[in-house]
Amino acid sequence: MSDSLRPAPAAADPSPNASPQPLSEGAEEPVLEIRRLSIDYGLGPGALHAVVAADLTLRRRQVLGLAGESGSGKSTLAYGATRLLREPGVVAGGEVLLNPREGAPTDLLAASERQLRAIRWSEISMVLQSALNALNPVVRIGKEFDDILRAHSRLSRKARRRRAGELLEMVGIHPSRLSDHPHQLSGGQRQRVMIALALALEPQVVIMDEPTTALDVVTQREIIEELIELRDRLGFALLFITHDLSLLIELADEIAVMYAGRIVERAPAEELYRSPRHPYTYGLLHSFPPLHGEVPPMTGIPGSPPDLASIPAGCAFHPRCPYAMDRCTRAVPALDLLEGQGRQVACFLHDGQAAVPSELALS
Amino acid sequence: MTTLARRLGVYLLTAWVAITVNFLLPRMMPGNPVRILIGKIHGRVTPQMVRAIEEQFGVGLHQGLWSQYLHYWDQLFHLNLGVSIALSAPVSSVLKQTVPWTVGLIGASTVLSFLLGTFVGTYLGWRRGTVFDAVLPVATFFQAVPYFFFGTVLLLVFASHLRWFPELGAYNEALTPHWHWAFVASVLRYGQLPAITVIVSSVAGWIMGMRNMMVTTVAEDFVLMAVAKGLPKRKVVAYAARNAVLPSISNFSLAMGLLVSGALLVELVFNYPGVGDLLLTAVQNEDYPLLQGIFLVITFTVLSANLIADVVYMALDPRIRREA
Repeated sequence: MSDSLRPAPAAADPSPNASPQPLSEGAEEPVLEIRRLSIDYGLGPGALHAVVAADLTLRRRQVLGLAGESGSGKSTLAYGATRLLREPGVVAGGEVLLNPREGAPTDLLAASERQLRAIRWSEISMVLQSALNALNPVVRIGKEFDDILRAHSRLSRKARRRRAGELLEMVGIHPSRLSDHPHQLSGGQRQRVMIALALALEPQVVIMDEPTTALDVVTQREIIEELIELRDRLGFALLFITHDLSLLIELADEIAVMYAGRIVERAPAEELYRSPRHPYTYGLLHSFPPLHGEVPPMTGIPGSPPDLASIPAGCAFHPRCPYAMDRCTRAVPALDLLEGQGRQVACFLHDGQAAVPSELALS
Repeated sequence: MTTLARRLGVYLLTAWVAITVNFLLPRMMPGNPVRILIGKIHGRVTPQMVRAIEEQFGVGLHQGLWSQYLHYWDQLFHLNLGVSIALSAPVSSVLKQTVPWTVGLIGASTVLSFLLGTFVGTYLGWRRGTVFDAVLPVATFFQAVPYFFFGTVLLLVFASHLRWFPELGAYNEALTPHWHWAFVASVLRYGQLPAITVIVSSVAGWIMGMRNMMVTTVAEDFVLMAVAKGLPKRKVVAYAARNAVLPSISNFSLAMGLLVSGALLVELVFNYPGVGDLLLTAVQNEDYPLLQGIFLVITFTVLSANLIADVVYMALDPRIRREA
């Protein structure tokens, strides 16, 4: 890990150190690979399985959306993968491979504290839901930047200050606000500051956990547009966690849907929107009005998400699923690749033995 | 700095009220306090003393209350607080001899106790649920033991039996009180046992307060973010501690305010020549001039401790600065 700040990649060339092969859309190399990641709350037989054997691949420059209801394990997955899980959360198994710009991949779950500290923020940064809580209330905004730059670079005090100013300007805030405290900024400004902080070291991966949920829709829209622009300019990969599937459809390249700790469907955003294959995804899509276009009738999903302490046997969704079959109550469907398509679904309706209902079939 | 100005105003008002009450109380008492006082002194009264006492309490002067009040303020500005009956000396010079001892001993031990407790509490809060939590019940036990009792035990064991520490007083009587090394060293040596008493019996409060605030603060998002930022561990702890210490600062100002009045028993046990000892003398002898002087000192300690705490708090918590 180099100690100095990397130069900003030029807008036209997003990844200067990437492999020499020509990169085509959808064929970017993976930057973060989560493999069979399981996370429990608590230890022993009473442990709750918050995330079960989740596989997720984030490619360079990709915006990967992770959707699901509250308690589906989407945030737990992100915190577990970055080793930020708080007690009593425990990573029960799996690996999380980070492919740095240069050098061999590192398994974050096996990395030493020292390695991890170097990787944190310079390779993977985060934006949380409430910027007011995520910013230290007693220090100035400038100090937040300064702490990061000091811990990860050898820049002089003056250079750090200048860099902090540039970063603020990048998100449309005047550098004079560096001497403000968090409570002096508006909610939108605070979240912009968080984004500028997250991009301070030009990480390869930015994880955003409900970053716009606490904001009003107008600010939300502005920030999302800015994010896309910044992604295009700086070329980071974005793991965007939200319960708002309609937002993801606009923003993400690919979407993974979680239910009761498992990823139940993963597909390119457009395809997921046009033809959801999992009954749960179908239900979610019909619970939100889309941001653009015609509004289909809202049906919602009957019932409520299961309690982690009593997850139904078999497919956890079966009690709420209108298509549930006998076998759904006995076995857990695997997240299988659908033949001939770049998407996966964990549902027995699609394993060739059952008749696929028309709304879940390919349109 | 309008907040500070406003606070300052409130304190000035409080000081004025306290001083005025101090002036009015003896004048509102039934009977003639002067006669009671003179009766207590059993004939050791000189005519000058009677006049001084009369002047102080406004008896027999045939002056209006208002002119007495103005006179009282005039005397106060000249630090003329009257004459102590029990000690037959001006109250201001008596206070000048005792206040530094109390402020030195109790002030220093309170500051040390606060610093020690805050650091230990920070560590315990950061590493909660480890073996170090065993410190808590031990510290709480000593908090629960009355400190005059604890002081007596310390005296008995470490001074009388083991002879590790000098027994009573504030310095070796063979030395003259003067700013030279031997005297200062003696003061430090004599101060150890009373200071230990104060620290041991008060440190648990600081530890508990800081630990509990740390536990709460560590759960905050900004601490998680500090970890996610890859900041060094000491920096992460500092992020949390800087926020967690704020309630302790308020409590510290309260403790400093009680400095003078709370020292009574420790000073008695160790025969320390401070304000506590003086207060007892004053009460026993119904020495009103002295009592009034001590009350004024207590009032001003409380007010200045609060003022200092306000300034520190404002420096540490930017959110306070603009609040109405």
